[in-house]
Amino acid sequence: MIPGDGIGPELMLHVKEVFRHACVPVDFEEVRVGSEAPEADVQNAITAIRRNGVALKGNIETNHNLPPNHKSRNNLIRTSLDLYANVIHCQSLPGVETRHRDIDILIVRENTEGEYSSLEHESVAGVVESLKIITAGRSRRIAHYAFGLARAAARRSVTAVHKANIMKLGDGLFLQCCQEVAAEYPEITFRSMIVDNTTMQLVSRPQQFDVMVMPNLYGNIVNNVCAGLVGGPGLVPGANYGHDYAVFETATRNTGKSIANRNIANPTATLLAACMMLDHLRLHSHASSIRQAVLASLD
Amino acid sequence: DPVTVGSLWLWHSSGSHNGKAEGTFQVTMLPGDGVGPELMHAVKEVFKAGNVPVTFDEHHLSEVQNTASEEKLDRVVDSMKESKVALIGKIHTPMEYKGDLASYDMRLRRKLDLFANVVHVKSLPGYQTRHNNLDLVIIREQTEGEYSSLEHESVKGVIECLKIITRAKSQRIAKFAFDYATKKGRAKVTAVHKANIMKLGDGLFLQCCKEVAELYPKIKFDTMIIDNCCMQLVQNPYQFDVLVMPNLYGNIVDNLAAGLVGGAGVVPGESYSAEYAVFELVRRGSPRGTVPNLPVRAGILGGLEYHSNMVSDAVKKVIKGGKVRTRDLGGYSTTSDFVKSVIDNLHPHYGA
Repeated sequence: MIPGDGIGPELMLHVKEVFRHACVPVDFEEVRVGSEAPEADVQNAITAIRRNGVALKGNIETNHNLPPNHKSRNNLIRTSLDLYANVIHCQSLPGVETRHRDIDILIVRENTEGEYSSLEHESVAGVVESLKIITAGRSRRIAHYAFGLARAAARRSVTAVHKANIMKLGDGLFLQCCQEVAAEYPEITFRSMIVDNTTMQLVSRPQQFDVMVMPNLYGNIVNNVCAGLVGGPGLVPGANYGHDYAVFETATRNTGKSIANRNIANPTATLLAACMMLDHLRLHSHASSIRQAVLASLD
Repeated sequence: DPVTVGSLWLWHSSGSHNGKAEGTFQVTMLPGDGVGPELMHAVKEVFKAGNVPVTFDEHHLSEVQNTASEEKLDRVVDSMKESKVALIGKIHTPMEYKGDLASYDMRLRRKLDLFANVVHVKSLPGYQTRHNNLDLVIIREQTEGEYSSLEHESVKGVIECLKIITRAKSQRIAKFAFDYATKKGRAKVTAVHKANIMKLGDGLFLQCCKEVAELYPKIKFDTMIIDNCCMQLVQNPYQFDVLVMPNLYGNIVDNLAAGLVGGAGVVPGESYSAEYAVFELVRRGSPRGTVPNLPVRAGILGGLEYHSNMVSDAVKKVIKGGKVRTRDLGGYSTTSDFVKSVIDNLHPHYGA
């Protein structure tokens, strides 16, 4: 358990309390990593996750006033453990009033490369180059994950989101890999859509989307748009899956500094993330009962 | 030089313009692809009906129709040197990689140095959407960032795309945004970024915005990360006033905001350089458009305020009336039906 900053610590306490009442057979090893923590602390957390295989996490604040060699702790954890798939499930929840109804979208986002490569340099004074990396290997990997998930969840279509008209080589490669993988899943309809049109479609007619797959930054944006559509950052849980490890957190990874320690944060997202973790650990009955309780409280 | 740009922009809007003989204004017109030509035709009809003193210098530049070339681009630039103002449809960028990473659309923008794209997202009276009474302005830097067209395959199966952020262009767009806010009496400018991940690049952009903000103490300045900004736009767009951001985020936020007020067809865009202004009939990146209540703004620029108000009022009247609605607004009218209705509203006795 990595409580993180802002509302993280108080929400983790709530998870522990709910687990205690539900007699969930899970023991948490707590590891603290603050935003100014030295690299050693982060490495310690990473090793702990390697030991236990599974983690529940709050967001660690990234202070962007610190020098650029101070990398985002959250990103470091994700890339070190190769948690290549970020998955969020955006669903219209009963009892939550929103402008749209009947939303049920699974978003699969490549979690380790793209614009989050942390490769930047100032080649000439006043000119910064930031590298966005797209590789065939990781694009295929995330595409397989998305289609595999769609098949397992009996979903009908997968939409790849990209900007290949502008980033012809980079997003072009991503799109091509998705197309190749799609051929291996003939029962699933494959579509593609440019990211700007996607955001417009999401706010006008979100019901048209089923499973979506995309590179890192677009995933970040689409996750947030969808979370907004179903009621906000306090409701949607997220998961980061790798080959060997899984880390669960809220979908939109907010620190919630401004509402911390005031007992007003919505624990739904964190509690539902904990349920996703229980499902991953095959403690399905516990997962279901807590989930039912959360949804009943919302209604 | 940011100061020169600011004052040149203000010069544009105060109406001193190329007055050709007999007080007609030349406007360069690029119909482009898709619905562009139809919409251009619609504009010409409406202008004719309203006796708007504008002559159009048409150029057919299209990548998908293979009428695009370096010479064509140069001719457009020459035309612009005369007109200073252009109406543009959509120059569609084909998906296939034909050996050139930069599209003609992008190259035109760079040749004319149209660094600022302004999208004014305003709810239309009479057309109900999930968000009514929205009024926000999105200012997007459109010559660098992720659209630098600098990509290469360093190792087989590994592509590097370069996103370029420079101090000069960031300062320039920030100054434009604050000048715009000052001129239009707006209260707040929000810089949108992802400096927590792209610390150097977006960090530099943010830094430039902060520096420029200090010169405008009367305007409130705040910042927001792009992902949170998108979520806020969906949940509570009313908190925003003027937004300024680099290229890709601008593209995304433009489209998101357009979706909030009814789609691409009702949100026109304008692009500015120090010398030129280009008005888009069709939102960039959108598949369709409809008759614009927009390049009417071209009229304001040329000092044709009377004509522009007349046409703009007619368009607004038709939309408010609710009887003639194009497909994208939920109706069944054709483009020509709508245009006819606008013309009728211009001169109730025209053609009678």
